[in-house]
Amino acid sequence: MSKAILQLDALSCPSCMQKIEGALEKQDGVENVKVLFNAAKVKTDFDGDKISADKLSDTVTDLGYEVQSMKVK
Amino acid sequence: MKFQRYINQHTNQITLITAILIGVGLLGKVVDSDMIYTVSFIAASIISAVPIVLRAVSALRFKTISIELLVSIAVIGAFIIGEYNESAIVTFLFLFGTFLEDKTLAKTRHSIKGLTEMAPTTAMIVDDDGNTEETDVDFVDVDDVVLVKAGGQIPVDGEIVDGSGHINEASITGESKLVTKGTGNQVFSGTILDNGTLKVRATKVGDDTTFGKIVELVEDAQDTKSPAEKFIDKFATYYTPAVLIIALIVGLVTKDFRLAITVLVLGCPGALVIGAPVSNVAGIGNGAKNGVLIKGGEVMNTFANVDTLVFDKTGTLTEGKTAVTQFKDYSRDQLALQIATAVEKQSDHPLAQAVVKFSGDHHIPFEDVQVADADTVKGRGVKATANGKNVLIGNLRMMNDENVDLTSEQRQDLENIQGEGSSTVIVAFDGQIQAILGISDVIRQGVKQSLATLKSLGIKKTVMLTGDNLQTANAVAEQIGIDEVHAELLPEQKVEYVKQFQQEGHKVAFVGDGINDSPSLVTANIGIAMGSGTDVAVETSDVVLMSSGFNELIHAYGLSKKTVINTKENIFIAIATVVALLIGLILGFIYMASGMFVHEASILVVIFNAMRLINYQPKAAKLDPDQLSVGEWDVSLKQ
Repeated sequence: MSKAILQLDALSCPSCMQKIEGALEKQDGVENVKVLFNAAKVKTDFDGDKISADKLSDTVTDLGYEVQSMKVK
Repeated sequence: MKFQRYINQHTNQITLITAILIGVGLLGKVVDSDMIYTVSFIAASIISAVPIVLRAVSALRFKTISIELLVSIAVIGAFIIGEYNESAIVTFLFLFGTFLEDKTLAKTRHSIKGLTEMAPTTAMIVDDDGNTEETDVDFVDVDDVVLVKAGGQIPVDGEIVDGSGHINEASITGESKLVTKGTGNQVFSGTILDNGTLKVRATKVGDDTTFGKIVELVEDAQDTKSPAEKFIDKFATYYTPAVLIIALIVGLVTKDFRLAITVLVLGCPGALVIGAPVSNVAGIGNGAKNGVLIKGGEVMNTFANVDTLVFDKTGTLTEGKTAVTQFKDYSRDQLALQIATAVEKQSDHPLAQAVVKFSGDHHIPFEDVQVADADTVKGRGVKATANGKNVLIGNLRMMNDENVDLTSEQRQDLENIQGEGSSTVIVAFDGQIQAILGISDVIRQGVKQSLATLKSLGIKKTVMLTGDNLQTANAVAEQIGIDEVHAELLPEQKVEYVKQFQQEGHKVAFVGDGINDSPSLVTANIGIAMGSGTDVAVETSDVVLMSSGFNELIHAYGLSKKTVINTKENIFIAIATVVALLIGLILGFIYMASGMFVHEASILVVIFNAMRLINYQPKAAKLDPDQLSVGEWDVSLKQ
């Protein structure tokens, strides 16, 4: 399991959280999605064999949110 | 998706265009041109509806009925029945309101953002050949050596291996006084080297550093919801679809389409959803800026209800450092102190160090004293030969063993000093007592006044629990005016007391230094770690006071009370708005555009209300001469 932290542009509506959480959790190999509304951060555990970190970032971008930076460890 | 992102990024421009079009439309009305009026409002409606409808649809894809959906249906409905001015104004107000909300929300988040932006980004790594290379801070590993120059930020937690300098540790301790550090000292990531040059071997990097943990804690804290917020979140998930259904029923029953879509706009849960979280964000942000870390809305809530404060003595009420507080010199020529210092200089016993420090503070010369054969006598003191005299430095038992008698005056002094809770050191040579020193734990500045302030804020009972002996405990308690004292306790027994207070129906906050009090910190309703942000403290406690000052404790307590009140005010404002709108609707003087206006205004009102928390500072209780005396007592000892 790897851990990814994505920094997004500021989030303004609480429903953004549900959208991002829902979309990521649907991806195979993704677990424990946590969206920090005020910090505009997404923290998630993922299985590197099933999904790449870039795919995570793309999923969020596709929802219409700009990903500023991503850390994987 | 590209289209949606484009629209998201240009919502502000869309809002501006809508505003201009509405202006043109109104101008058309003035010059009595129906054409200009209608075309402008149709154009404004369509352009401004695009971002709202897009958001509504994307939320719907994830089975979420959003506020945007309610607004979209209402606007499309108004458009269909030809109410172009209503649809244009409602969408414009919604977009403009969202814009203002973003701006004001950013203000409430500002303090926390400021904190995360203080994190170091680059580091100069020194390789084995002494060459330096600048890299991203993420690429520094444990045991790497980094170079820090004057004015630079220390990028890792580590140990200084070379150099020295003055460091501003405000980001960790909240204290902006410069600290002098040199080889062998610990330094922290995020602190700033004011002058000098350092080489630091990294012991912790990135998110593992103390600063990294603090940032993570604060970020998590603002999203840790209070019970009220959790309830509202739940409520909102049912509330929004419920409004949709109610509007549908209203439409079917009254056959009044306009009324139905008006209900949709009026039912938007705007201020209610944002009201509670925005108070917490502002409150936690205020804390972070003032050296108080509060772990989330739930902690805020519980802390505000605390009525009993339980303190561990050492390191919280007292500084945890010993100092000479009494000095009786019977030789009257300071020779006793000179000799005692020269002898004690060789010992690392806390009492000995206190004596050496006392002499240092009073510029007592002791360099000329010749010390030979210093022997420690366990549980008694030290025997030595100095300047040719047989010197005894120790406790009463040592004097008795060596048959050195105290005069009645000396015996009285000894009892007085012990009565104040101090430890005593007796200095004797030439078969006579030369001096008696009283050494005690130094009480923190202004503790008495701080306890009084806490009481004025709502604390009913203050308790001191300590492992120290009863005499010392009572002496400290008397000086600071604490309600209840329990001494000679083991850590387990402290936990028992905390539990007992809880069973009596009190909400208890335990204040400890976070090192040996973990069980009590966890057991209490609120665990408060007073002391620099050590790992243990950050993890086991609910509230961390970064620079271990009493002012921060007062700030934390006052702040949590204020934040909870602020949250309640916001919930009240939100509910009152909805009720007022409903009454207005029934009485017939509220329609779509005015309803949307009131809504957006109420959202801004709750955000502005929360912003008052950003600059909150607690008021100190009024001083009286009696309270001041404690402070003076401290000063006179330190000189």
